[in-house]
Amino acid sequence: MSTETANDNKWIGKNTIRPDGADKVTGRAAYAADTTMPGMIWGKILRSPHPHARIRSIDTRKAEAYPGVKAVVTAKDIVNFPLDKSVMLGIQDMRWMCRNVMAREKALFAGHPVAAVAATTEKIAAEACKLIEVDYEVLPFVIDVEEAMKPDAPILHDFIQFDGKPSNIAGKLEHKLGDIEAGFAKADVVIERTFRTKPVHQGYIEPHACLVSVSDGKATIWSSSQGQFMVRAMCAYLTGTPQNDIRAIPAEIGGGFGGKTIVYLEPVALLLAKKSGRPVKMIMTRGEVFHASGPTSGSFSKVKIGATKDGKVVAAQGTYCLQAGALPGSPIRGAAGCSFAPYDIPNVLSVGYDVVSNRSKVAAYRAPGAPIGAYAVECVMDELAEALKIDPLQFRLKNAAKQGTKAAHGPVYPRIGFVETIESALKHPHYKTPVPKPKNGLLHGRGVASGFWFNAGGESSAQVNIAEDGTVVVITGHPDIGGSRASTANITAEILGIDYKKVSVLIGDTSVIGFSNLTGGSRVTYASAMVVTQSTEQVITQLRERAAKIWKIDPDAVVWENGEARPAGDNAGKFEPLTLAQIAAQASATGGPIGAGKQLNTVGAEGGFATHVCDVEVDPGLGIVRVLRYTSFQDVGRAIHPGYVEGQMQGGVAQGIGWALSEEYIYDKSGKLDNPSFLDYRMPVSSDLPMLDSVIIEVPNPKHPQGVRGVGEVPLVPPMAAVANAIYNALGRRLYSLPMSPPKVLAAMDQAAE
Amino acid sequence: MTDIQYLAPRTLDEAVKAFAAAAGAGRILAGGTDLLVQMRNGTVRPGVIVDIKKIAEVTSIEEIAGGGFRIGAAVSGAALREHPKLRKIWPGVVEAANLIGSTQIQGRATAGGNLCNGSPAGDSVPALVAAGAVVIIQGPKGRREVAVEKVPAGPGRLNLTAGEIVVGFTLPPRPKGSSDAYLRMIPRTEMDIAVVGCGVSLTLDNGTCTAARVGLGAVAPTVLLVEEAARALIGSKLDAAALEKAAVACSAACRPIDDKRGTIAYRTKVAGVLLKRTAAIAAERAGRK
Repeated sequence: MSTETANDNKWIGKNTIRPDGADKVTGRAAYAADTTMPGMIWGKILRSPHPHARIRSIDTRKAEAYPGVKAVVTAKDIVNFPLDKSVMLGIQDMRWMCRNVMAREKALFAGHPVAAVAATTEKIAAEACKLIEVDYEVLPFVIDVEEAMKPDAPILHDFIQFDGKPSNIAGKLEHKLGDIEAGFAKADVVIERTFRTKPVHQGYIEPHACLVSVSDGKATIWSSSQGQFMVRAMCAYLTGTPQNDIRAIPAEIGGGFGGKTIVYLEPVALLLAKKSGRPVKMIMTRGEVFHASGPTSGSFSKVKIGATKDGKVVAAQGTYCLQAGALPGSPIRGAAGCSFAPYDIPNVLSVGYDVVSNRSKVAAYRAPGAPIGAYAVECVMDELAEALKIDPLQFRLKNAAKQGTKAAHGPVYPRIGFVETIESALKHPHYKTPVPKPKNGLLHGRGVASGFWFNAGGESSAQVNIAEDGTVVVITGHPDIGGSRASTANITAEILGIDYKKVSVLIGDTSVIGFSNLTGGSRVTYASAMVVTQSTEQVITQLRERAAKIWKIDPDAVVWENGEARPAGDNAGKFEPLTLAQIAAQASATGGPIGAGKQLNTVGAEGGFATHVCDVEVDPGLGIVRVLRYTSFQDVGRAIHPGYVEGQMQGGVAQGIGWALSEEYIYDKSGKLDNPSFLDYRMPVSSDLPMLDSVIIEVPNPKHPQGVRGVGEVPLVPPMAAVANAIYNALGRRLYSLPMSPPKVLAAMDQAAE
Repeated sequence: MTDIQYLAPRTLDEAVKAFAAAAGAGRILAGGTDLLVQMRNGTVRPGVIVDIKKIAEVTSIEEIAGGGFRIGAAVSGAALREHPKLRKIWPGVVEAANLIGSTQIQGRATAGGNLCNGSPAGDSVPALVAAGAVVIIQGPKGRREVAVEKVPAGPGRLNLTAGEIVVGFTLPPRPKGSSDAYLRMIPRTEMDIAVVGCGVSLTLDNGTCTAARVGLGAVAPTVLLVEEAARALIGSKLDAAALEKAAVACSAACRPIDDKRGTIAYRTKVAGVLLKRTAAIAAERAGRK
């Protein structure tokens, strides 16, 4: 890791020891599945074996009569949101959520929940599920996005119409800039290509799990999610419980990457707990996670880009068709919005289609949609650079968006750091090192790609309290999946001028801290830094007032420096400075406890940009691609905790390499997922990857007190194209679909040889 | 729901008796790295588990004069690796057994279990086929011996009769200038299942191949002994033409399926590629002896 700007902060920018580290490495950290209660029983879900079937009836009598069974739940028990009226919670429509947690009119994918049982043991619950009789009318199904768009495709939802006809196309989004036809007319070189990608899962190690207890109408939920307030709101909607009667307690989270921004188990467990009067625990198996939780979309895309002879891109057109899964809501905004966003292009037409098909409903996955769009665009950019005989990084630099560039998805950019990522890559030893010549029969290649993600602000709450001994407790409201506690400690310690070890940062549950939006959109360090900064500044005002009271001078005559109140102006030097501990010791006498909170809907989260360089080695006999060297260059605004920033950059690249080379959902002929385990859903293992190098570039965000830009999602945007372009460089042959698995690589080479 | 009876007999006779008595409800537990996974995901529900790890003959490695060995069916991969002489004489068999699973799995997983799981993709089986290993089987009617390639009957099926237990393997004595090797194709670097596996055992005399056996995994319903490939190697100096002929024979022997792990075309082609690479390693090792 290297950082391109130095700073003289004491804690911001330092790799302080992470507060959750010791508990995690010693196994003490409490994840959702670790919680138990006296009298607790177990919930299990019965899932549809059919990818598409009308549910004629469900008979649960035998299951209810089975010894040990305490409650059974079906769609009848879930609040029904009628199809004709949208009720949105964030990006989720409750019409779809109520049908996703429990199939209502139809089972829409193999694995779709149709009923749930709570019983005294997991085994009894599983046995009782088998006693539930579901009368299915099996219907024709469609999995693939291109198949689902054909005129004769089986239709999933009668209520969805496109162009006046029943359709699986549930939505369309369009970004336009300039005049696309006129733009292409000016181009000397135009390249148009088609790309396909498979659905890929976030691959969080911790399966979904929860424990729910309901007593006197009040529910307590312990669960693993990316937002306890999301859990509360969704459960309130889906079970008809007022929000004040639900307390959602966030467990330590074993990975989410976007996949835990919606609920699967919690509302079901709540209803089972309510019916049975017993606390109910539910844990998904890995198979259930693969069958029924949301991966991101598979896709079919067409991208056409035109440039003049001197290397200026003049027109760009993209069409991105994304699988939504069983219910509408694929990330077309990310694909259509982000794909051309790194470039200053006068004429753009970027269109996304949201397409339903009979597989599990997609959930967010790191920069949702953006990697799919960038894969297509960055591969075409590579071909254009080659056709124009320009270095691919120089080509990107020539067309890079900067301050003042109007982007097709809407904004005129403020100060951004995209150019810096390319310039940094150009001068880095990685890019300057020649690509190795073929050796021992192995071929080598290098590829580059860039990427953009919107980043987000939104609602956050914080409370900063000074304990009686002068130490500090900070509470925020979003689960920490990327280092927000360590970053918050750094910021609080920096502002207060104290040792970071004197600051403890906790994640509050829904009853102890104000509303805070999801951990997602690369928003948490950005937004929580804002509310924590403002809270801490209020605390400092109080500290100055208390010192003024002790000294009997005007508060304006007191400054806060280096962790102490000091007399200033005419009073300078007249009193001994007062430390935080000294002021805290006198808090009761000077006005009571010291602390402050802030709640904001934060704005000003500006976009993030990255450029990646990837070297691969291809075994031409077996078609195996190995990544030998990888360096990512990213403008992070300001790295509050560089170690965590590096971790985000490396993690995104690791996931991107898996997406590029080996990960995919494979369906059998009956429409069932055929690889629902980590054995055959091939995420990279550590020995598959080299050290993933990262260069942190800091172009501060002018709209943020510390200059922060979101960090966590951009790293997954460029890798697929970077790997694809490197494979082309090695083989002289392009692959246009993911994953670029050994059979595909070998087939491409055989075609080339013919 | 029924309870599972767990038995850990000290002698083979007791084990055979218990296993035969359990009839179809019995399962043999060696390392358990397949059985426990299958029980957990619900594909098998045994009524009786017969643990054979307490039986001396099944858990030991014995040397036979002239480079031969008798290996108990329940010897773990880690124990095979730690046997210095076995590793030197049969490096291919040992490396194949050591490709199964992770370091933790290696402490449990056994070659006997690998064979009896009946997967055409088991890593140790093609190496044992190439090695000419003979399987020792004991059942209610006594003891018999059969070539390893005759044991698998199809995916998950074995040519064993009711109550028969695999006791171990005999690796034959071998002349000077002999060695073996195993290679497999997996998309990842580890923690994966062979898409194609290839074992080659051969003997060199002054650079000429005087004996050879080739085993191929994951390209047919059972692991294959490819005699045609061996014939192409025997009598040659392992020159490019001989290797090409053997590779063609391997590809021709393939009867693979298209599945989530690989395609017919891919497996067929890669079988030939792996033959050449595996034979080169075995020859290099044999040349050093």
